[in-house]
Amino acid sequence: MQSSRHDAWVGLFVLIGGAALLFLALKAGNLLSLNFDETYQVSARFDNIGGLKPRAAVKSAGVVIGRVESISFDDKTFQAKVTINLNKGALFPKDSSAKILTAGLLGEQYIGLEPGADEKNLVAGDVIRQTQSAVVLENLIGQFINSKASDMGSTTPASGSKP
Amino acid sequence: MMALARRIGAGLRGTLVDVGAATRLLFTLLARSPRALGRFVLVREQVFYLGNRSLSIIGVSGLFVGFVLALQGYYTLQRYGSAEAVGMLVALSLVRELGPVVTALLFAGRAGTSLTAEIGLMKAGEQLTAMEMMAVDPVQRVLAPRFWGGFIAMPLLAAVFSAVGIIGGWLVAVPLIGIDAGAFWSQMQGGVDIWSDVGNGVIKSLVFGLTATFVALLQGYTCKPTPEGVSAATTRTVVLSSLAVLGLDFMLTATMFSI
Repeated sequence: MQSSRHDAWVGLFVLIGGAALLFLALKAGNLLSLNFDETYQVSARFDNIGGLKPRAAVKSAGVVIGRVESISFDDKTFQAKVTINLNKGALFPKDSSAKILTAGLLGEQYIGLEPGADEKNLVAGDVIRQTQSAVVLENLIGQFINSKASDMGSTTPASGSKP
Repeated sequence: MMALARRIGAGLRGTLVDVGAATRLLFTLLARSPRALGRFVLVREQVFYLGNRSLSIIGVSGLFVGFVLALQGYYTLQRYGSAEAVGMLVALSLVRELGPVVTALLFAGRAGTSLTAEIGLMKAGEQLTAMEMMAVDPVQRVLAPRFWGGFIAMPLLAAVFSAVGIIGGWLVAVPLIGIDAGAFWSQMQGGVDIWSDVGNGVIKSLVFGLTATFVALLQGYTCKPTPEGVSAATTRTVVLSSLAVLGLDFMLTATMFSI
């Protein structure tokens, strides 16, 4: 093994580079919080998922208890099928309900899980029955305009009957 | 008209010859690499010249890029009331794009030019010919250790650039502007994915390291053995490797971060 006078400096350089990578992985990428916890998979069907994405959080009482695994479209019921990985430590009653919520006004969407009252708990492969779709802004505006229009419609004849 | 066609044809043929020579050199280089890596002390020497000697410029540039990113990011984000997201903005821009790309550009300017000039002068002084006369293969003895030295040094330099840049962003955002430190780090950790962001950044820096080093070696090895030839080759090294890095960056980004 030949050696050269720069070996110590090269070693230092490689160490600095390794430390930088470690810093990026731990401090910026947060490798430690990658959970290798065991999970169980349940699914839920939504009429409309809005902007929900795979890897989105599943929260209950504001605490992250799982992640969205995948989203697919079911052409039998014309609904979106969302597969969810829940942490093994988080057990929920069978009649729990899921709804799609938004963090902040323009924030990203996540699934909120509300516990039900059933004696039995959800197990792997179960389907969450009660779901509530994402709020779509266009639909809200449409409803608003419709209700305004029907208000107008009901007042016009009244004003027309005035002498 | 005829003269124009002849000029276009000659230019096209010259380009083809250049591309062919570059490919041939690349394959010779790869074929001789196992034996060159066997004498690892030569590669270590090159890591010292290409890596250690570039560390200061990379560190200082990274710090200032981090400063500027935090200031500009804060200026825009605070209009939308989400100044805390500046941590995520700084980390994502550095790890995904600026770390690998700016490091590669600085590397081409700092280390690539010195490689080209060194090999060009060796060629002009007929040292490479002398090596061949002594049955020493210049590709194996001179080019291959430099190639692998650049390959090893570049990702480490890019990681140092990104890490120092994030620290620079923290310095501006937290002590200077007064953003909450906890929100700064948690936003960053929420937004940066270890494989798709940090990992792809490392892959990018490996590709750029290979590109910048190879362009520098090629320009030195194929330059005209005159003072003017060496100076022209050094200029071409900077121009070509910068263009190649920016072009490759677009293609890599398009494949890596498309949804």
